[in-house]
Parts: sequence; C-alpha cells; structure tokens
Amino acid sequence: MAKLPGPLEIYPLLPGTNCQDCGEANCMAFATKMAEHTVKLKACTPLFEEAPYAKKLEKLQELVRPPVREVVIGTGEFAASIGGKLVLYRHDLRYSNPTAFFIDIPDNLEADAFAARVKAIEDWTYVYIGTNLRLDGIALRGVSQDPKTFATAAKKLTQLTKWPIMLCSLNPEMLATAANAIADKRPLLYAATLDTWAEVGEIATKHNLPLVAYAPGSLDNLSSLVNTLRALGVQDIVLDPGTVSKTGLGTTVDDFTQIRRSSIIEENELLGYPTLATPIATWADHREGEAPELTKWNEVLTASALIVRYADLVVLHSLDMWTNLPITFLRSNLYTDPVKPVAVEPGVMEFGDVGPDAPVMYTTNFALTYFTVESDIKQAGVDAYLVVVDTEGMSVQSAVAGRKLTADKVAETLEEYKVADKVNHKILISPGMAARISGETEESSGWTVKVGPQDSSGIGKYLQEGKWKEE
Amino acid sequence: MTTDKEKTTSLDDLFGDFAELVLENVTIELDELKLSLRPMVQQMARAAARPALEMPKSLIPASFATPLGEYTQSIQEITLGATKGQGGSRANTVTIGGHTAPAWDLFQAPPKHTPIIAADVFDMPISLAKAVKTHYKEVLDDPAAWAKLVVDKFGADVVTLHLISTDRQLGDTSPNDAAKTIEEVLQAVKVPILIGSAGDPEKDGPVLAKAAEVCEGERTLLCSATVDVFEEIAVAAKKHDQIVLSWTSIDINQQKELNRRLFEWLTPEQIVIDPTTAALGYGLEYAFTIMQRMRLAGLLGDEELRFPISSGTTNAWAAREAWLKNPELGPRELRGPIWESVTALALLLAGNDLFMMMHPAAIKTLHDLVDWMKERHTVKPEEYPDWTTITIPEGT
Repeated sequence: MAKLPGPLEIYPLLPGTNCQDCGEANCMAFATKMAEHTVKLKACTPLFEEAPYAKKLEKLQELVRPPVREVVIGTGEFAASIGGKLVLYRHDLRYSNPTAFFIDIPDNLEADAFAARVKAIEDWTYVYIGTNLRLDGIALRGVSQDPKTFATAAKKLTQLTKWPIMLCSLNPEMLATAANAIADKRPLLYAATLDTWAEVGEIATKHNLPLVAYAPGSLDNLSSLVNTLRALGVQDIVLDPGTVSKTGLGTTVDDFTQIRRSSIIEENELLGYPTLATPIATWADHREGEAPELTKWNEVLTASALIVRYADLVVLHSLDMWTNLPITFLRSNLYTDPVKPVAVEPGVMEFGDVGPDAPVMYTTNFALTYFTVESDIKQAGVDAYLVVVDTEGMSVQSAVAGRKLTADKVAETLEEYKVADKVNHKILISPGMAARISGETEESSGWTVKVGPQDSSGIGKYLQEGKWKEE
Repeated sequence: MTTDKEKTTSLDDLFGDFAELVLENVTIELDELKLSLRPMVQQMARAAARPALEMPKSLIPASFATPLGEYTQSIQEITLGATKGQGGSRANTVTIGGHTAPAWDLFQAPPKHTPIIAADVFDMPISLAKAVKTHYKEVLDDPAAWAKLVVDKFGADVVTLHLISTDRQLGDTSPNDAAKTIEEVLQAVKVPILIGSAGDPEKDGPVLAKAAEVCEGERTLLCSATVDVFEEIAVAAKKHDQIVLSWTSIDINQQKELNRRLFEWLTPEQIVIDPTTAALGYGLEYAFTIMQRMRLAGLLGDEELRFPISSGTTNAWAAREAWLKNPELGPRELRGPIWESVTALALLLAGNDLFMMMHPAAIKTLHDLVDWMKERHTVKPEEYPDWTTITIPEGT
C-alpha cells in the first residue's frame, strides 16, 4: 500500500488560524483527521476561498492526493464522487466512494417513455440497515447516431432530473453537440478513443468536463491514451479498459485488477484514475425473442465481479429489484468500514405501548439483525420488549456457532437491564436460530424460554397466535 | 447599475456557457486577487493563468508494466477422494489449492487448481426455501437418490453428506446409523464424498470418528473440527488418513489457533479451512475479507493459514431477500439463485476453493464463472461491442 501522509506533513499547509469553520477544535485536530481520512480537505473552506492560501492549497492537494484520483460527476447535492481510492484491500483501511451505478436511457426514446424511465431510475430504492439503497446516475446513450437528437435528449434530461449524467457516444460530433447543451451540469463524457482523442479531448478541456478514456483490449494503449489526454490538458479522467462478459470475464477482471494494483502498489501515477465498467455490454449479445432474464442474469454477474474488482462506476441497463438488489447489497457490504463492527448498543428496546403483559424477545446486536427485527416488529404493529444481547456484532446464527451468543450471556443481559422488573411474567422468546441454546438459557436465567420464528418476518404472526403465553 | 459586490458574487453564476468568455482575456495574479472566489471559478482562473499547452499532434506512447507481486509460499494442495488404485473406491479424485498468487490475479499466475463445487445432501428431510425445494422434493428422504441427482443432473464435482439426523434434537440417530447412510451414498455415486456432522457438540466427535473409519481409504473430508470439538476428529483422521475441515467463526486468530492444535495430529495435506460464510447482505463482507486475508497471509509465509478454503455458500439463503414471497421484489425463482450465485462469486474472487451449494442454477452459474475466469483470452479491440448504440428491447 502506498505511503499516506501524516498529520505533521499536513499541518504546515493548513491556514493555522484555528478558525474552527471545519468543525474541529483547531488546525492540528483537522490535520490528524485528514491523515485518518475521516474528514475531507474541502471542509477547510478558508483554503479554498481566500486567495493567500492558493499555494498552500495546491501543495496540500498534491500531498493528500490519493493514489486513485477522485472525479466528480454532476453538480449540487446529487453529484457523484468516484475514485479517491487509497487501498487495494478493504482490510488495509476501508474503501471510499462506493461504486456509482449509472443506468442507461436511449436518446431516441419517445417523450413519455423517456420521462417514465428517468422516474423509474430515480425511484428505485430498498430499505437496508436503516438506509435507502439507491442508484446514482443516468447514462444517456446516443442510439440515434444523430447529434441533434442526442443534444435535445440531453437538454431534456437535465429538465427531468438533477442526477448526474453521462453522455455516451463514440462519435465526437455527438459529444460536442450534447456537451455544448448541458456543460453546466458537469456530465461525464464517454468516451475518447485512440481514434478520437484529439476531438473529444478538446471538448473536455473546452468545457472542463470529466472524460472517459476508452482503450479496450490493451493496457499499453490505455496508458498511451491517458498520457495524450493529459498532454491536451484534460484533468479529470476515468479509465475504461473494456468490459466483456462470459468467456472474456477473466480478462476483464484481470485488466481491472492490474490497473488498480499498478496505481496503488506500484504508484503508477499515469493510471491513478477511477475505473469504469460496462456490464450493459452484455445486451449486445441479446437476441430478439430470447428471454431477457438470461441477459439480465449475466449483467448481474458481470457487475458483481467488477464491483468486487475495483470498478468505481458501472453502467447498467437492468432496473428490476431481483437484478439490482444483489448488486446494491454487494456494494454496501464491501464498502462497509471493516474496522468498525457493524453493531448497535446492547440494552432493552420498547416497541408500541408496552405494559407488564408485553412479550419479551431477544436478539443480537449485529446492526443488520437488529434493524431487520426492529422493522419487522414495527411492521407487525405489536407491543413488545426487545432485549439486545451483545454478541460483538454477530448475527444470531453465527453467534451461536461461534459461542458469542450463549445461555450465560442472555442471562447476564436480562439481569443487567433488569428486565424482570418491567414485566409480570418470566417468559423469554428466543430467535428461532438460537433454539439450540434454549434449554441452557432456561437453566442459567430462570426464565421460561419459548422458541420464536426462524426469521423475524414471522414475529407478528407468532405473537398473534399467542402460544408464547401458554404454559 | 450594479455594485461591485453584486458583480463578484455573481461571477460564478456566469460559469457555464459564458465563463470562458469572461476569463479568456483576463490575466489573474492569484496573490493579488482580493475577490472571494468559489472553488469552481478558482479552478477556471488557475487553468486560465497556466501557460498554454503545446497540443500533441499524435498519440504520445506510454507502456504499462505488469504489477507483479512477490509471494514466498504456495497454498497447500489437497486431494479429496481416492480411486481403486489408491485404496479407495472413487472413479476420480479432485485436487484444490496449490495457488502461487492472490485469487484470480491471472497476470501473476492462474489458479493452480480451479475451485470445485460440493452439493449438499442431507440424511433426512429438512426445511428448504421453496425455490430450492422444488428441485429436491423427489429425493428429500433418500440421501442416495439425492446424491445421484446432484451429480448426474446438477453436475456437482463432489457431494457433502450432512448427517444432521444424528443431532440429539433432530432424531439422535447413532454413529452406526450414519455409517449405513454413508455406505449407501458411496454406492450411489462415484465422485469423492465429504461428510458433514450435525453441529451437535456431544455427537459430532463420535459420528465423524465413525465416518472416518467407514471411509477408510477414501480420503474424505470430515466437516468439521471446531475449537470446541476437534481432538476426537483429528485422532480419527490421523488413524484413517482422512482430511479435516477446520471451521472457525469469522476470526482469523481463532483459525490459526485451531490449526495449530490440529497440527498435533495432522499433516498439512490434511487440512482445509472454513472461516464461516455469511449471506450477501448479512455479513458477507466478513467472510470475504477474512478469506482474502487468509489467502494473502498463506502466500506471504504464514504456515498456519496456507490451506485451501471452503465455504458453506448455501448460507446465502439465510438472507430473506433470497426467499421472501414478495411480488415487489421480483420472482423469487430468480432472486434466490442469483443471491446464492452472487454470494459465491464474491467469495470466488476472495479466494475460496470449495463451495458447498444447493440451487442447481447457482451451481451451473459458478461452474460457468470458473470456466470463464480461469485464464486470460485475448480479446481484440474490435470484439468489444459498442454498447452506446445497441438497441435494447423496451420494457426489459
């Protein structure tokens, strides 16, 4: 892993005024957090706003520039930051800037369908660990091959959405016309190639837009292309080494891995840019009359492999729940901070109007387990106590297997939070997955243990049946 | 008339179509600049102040150096099963591990042995997600037929027979009953078989010891030794020359400790490790990262972690998104197997060698993935499709 700067290298380049605008007590505290990558440089607003700091800013940006540069697409609150990667393996630090998911829309779609697809992209969501999983951007494809149609669609798109946009065409004239129309929205241009670098590079520099360098099939070619675009003055570059699925997947994964390894381990600055993968290319193999599910299946696999292997942006077509749930979950999992156990505080939670008759259930403090159980209890609309046992952030099944959830631990938790004082019974409902320890739990706690459902989605039904109260 | 203040605050609002026009003929000395410029404008100003670049006339060549790593040790090779000539009764053996590079770093070295799939077979009917059960309903009470099905129809490389009926809470069948089932399955299929215990701390030792004895000569994998139950299993494995799955609970230090203990009885040719698999969305990242760390540690010289890795990938079905009947989430006939497939794919990339799986579509998918990824194919630039212009049927 490349060497990252320490607080003592950062501090001299800060204003040193201890103005606290960044929210930290002083500049040294800010420098320390910068070195830990828990704050971003842009939080130091004086550096950016006050002219005398311009030189310091430039030096600092150079110093803290991650081995993979960060590129911003779009403007305002929906802007997507990609790249900015510091490490090859998530166990070394943690991954920053989760892979952005851009969904395609063809420029020749008729007005209603066009608007409907934009809305469908924006509306795609799923609640997971207390947050809404979402997609990130829209990739306008120049299917029409007509510059005017493409530019009109681009303009139309900016009226329909505030989401970041990617303009996709290998024809420079198409890109020039559309870039002219919506340059103020900071779209990502796709793409400059070995044939079109001069024209497309000029569009990018003219409007100061981020640009994809696309040189499939050869990392030497990709290096030459980037080298040339930099000489043209293009600053924000995104790399596309080409995506092929099926029999080409090994080559594709290998190319992405080599690029990231080269930039982070070997400090190859030339390819220190975010990468872009195009699982949507699987649709090129789709034949009329074929079940689209097969192509979607393949698109999910290609996307998954490249989310794992360092893609900072993926372009997708599928919008189904069954296709996009696995990939949004995968992204969420891999970009979780590996150092922080995903855990909630142990204790006793109350739901609804609890009284002394209310049932008492227990679960573990793994955040995902807890939030799933919480949402199921709320959805069922039942009044209940939920005892949260500290299993060091492990799920019920793993914690039972790993002896982090034991009868003694359950008994201790009941004791510690004085659960017996809250209710007029001593019946504890255990998760179905912890059935194995129910006998021992009765012995060590003195409570009667009833085994609840295997999955917490069954809690509502289980409590309504009322069997837990029976002797 | 506008005041100076208004002019300066509106400068960046002009950015866009007009900004270039504004800045084109302006020389800006940054140090003298008194205006409070917002970052975007400042960037523009800097770009304008920079000397003009000499425009390249042709491509400026650069080359890419393959980023090779240095690894000091290879992952242990483990062969499962034994043919008649080797003292067993299997038609073939399978070998896993042997790697000299991080998983799928093809530029460094392709996998020595490609990962394999063991289909799960249970010795009694169990509750299964509907999308899985559909494929097994004919064989749920016949382990031998079950084993035949997964090998002949689903293409499993090996079979794992889970002796769950030995659990005191699930039937409490005896080690001798288990031995009989093992014999039936050995008769039914010709591929190597692996033996899984019930996870009952009282019974696992005696059951696996008996399995080791019955499988004399077969080089089976005894699943599993844990920090709580290992000695009886290790002793039996040594006596009958079997392999042991060293199973821990997402804790790399625990894995090292258990392996150290197993070394007392076993040689490195007799250990496969399993750090526990959690489902996609439900802790998959723990399994992913621990597998990645174990593989790297093994390659970099850690004697206690240089073993092929196994995963109970069927755990993917613990994710409710895999099986919940909810039309809003799409057909569960697809959602379930894609969940198992993506869980497997992530762990494949992390370095897993042996996948214990169930859904036939997921098994097929993983076999395809391994086949697609096992070597680099030269893909010519013109073979990459131009996806920007393809027509994709509407409504898909």
